[in-house]
Amino acid sequence: MQIAIFYLAGAAAVGSAIAVVVQRNPFLAALSLIVHLASLAALYLVLQGDFVAVAQLLVYAGAVMIMFLFVIAYLGDRADLDLRRGGIGAGAAGIAGLAIFVETVIAVRDSNSVLPAPANVAESFGSPATIGHLFLTNYLLTFEALSLVLLVGAVAGVVLGAGDLLPPPASDDHGDEPGEPAAKQERFDLRREGLRMQEDEQQHESEVGA
Amino acid sequence: VSPGIGAWITLSSALFCIGLAGVMLRRNPLVILLSIEIMLNAGNLLLVAGARYVGGNDGQVFALTVMAVAAAEVVVGLGLIVALARRDAPLDVDELRSLHG
Repeated sequence: MQIAIFYLAGAAAVGSAIAVVVQRNPFLAALSLIVHLASLAALYLVLQGDFVAVAQLLVYAGAVMIMFLFVIAYLGDRADLDLRRGGIGAGAAGIAGLAIFVETVIAVRDSNSVLPAPANVAESFGSPATIGHLFLTNYLLTFEALSLVLLVGAVAGVVLGAGDLLPPPASDDHGDEPGEPAAKQERFDLRREGLRMQEDEQQHESEVGA
Repeated sequence: VSPGIGAWITLSSALFCIGLAGVMLRRNPLVILLSIEIMLNAGNLLLVAGARYVGGNDGQVFALTVMAVAAAEVVVGLGLIVALARRDAPLDVDELRSLHG
């Protein structure tokens, strides 16, 4: 049973990964990646990593891929470019990838060690309670650092996405509409003006209060 | 009967190599990000398989850590792509030579 799921989900994972790489349409490539992530979740279940499997589905196949699909939809036709390196680059990429794979296959060829039987695995293995306990004891520093990384990532996403907050680029030689940067600058000035008025108001109020 | 550790290592290595080939073959930054996700997940699979082999839970904690870092990395990468698109820069990593690299 476990062998059957391993080969089924493994084949699905390899097939959908190849589809991601060779697919010309980025939208279909992202959909293939969702299939890839779901089959990896099935493999985690074979390994009895229940919590990791659920997190994989919720965080990866759910949240991260929604973000990908949203950006691809936002870009529209512009994302839809058939870009593939040809010639020497493709050959080098193929040889490098194959070399690493062949090396690993040779390294594990003679290994016949098997995983412990499911009956011999502790009941607590991979349960949310065990992993939560580890995160709050042995790996507390990792946990706190991760929360900081995610916070910085969220701030970076807002700053990169909110182009209006940045002043327009100094030299714009990509053929924008002539009215566009001026309008942006105007909105930027208006926003700053509004903030200044708010500050003045607050200052006034505090002076009145004193 | 469950597959041996060698089978897991071989599968994970195959997935990593597919992702590596994707990063080197494609020039669309979106597809490069997708290929990086494949490579990260190949590493995650090996971490969980190793945890199961040894019998400890630490490998799964590492895998969850990788997931969180990958989520942050995707946010920054997609933010950069959107910023590029706003400035009408080409979505082609070979054409982005503003830094003269």
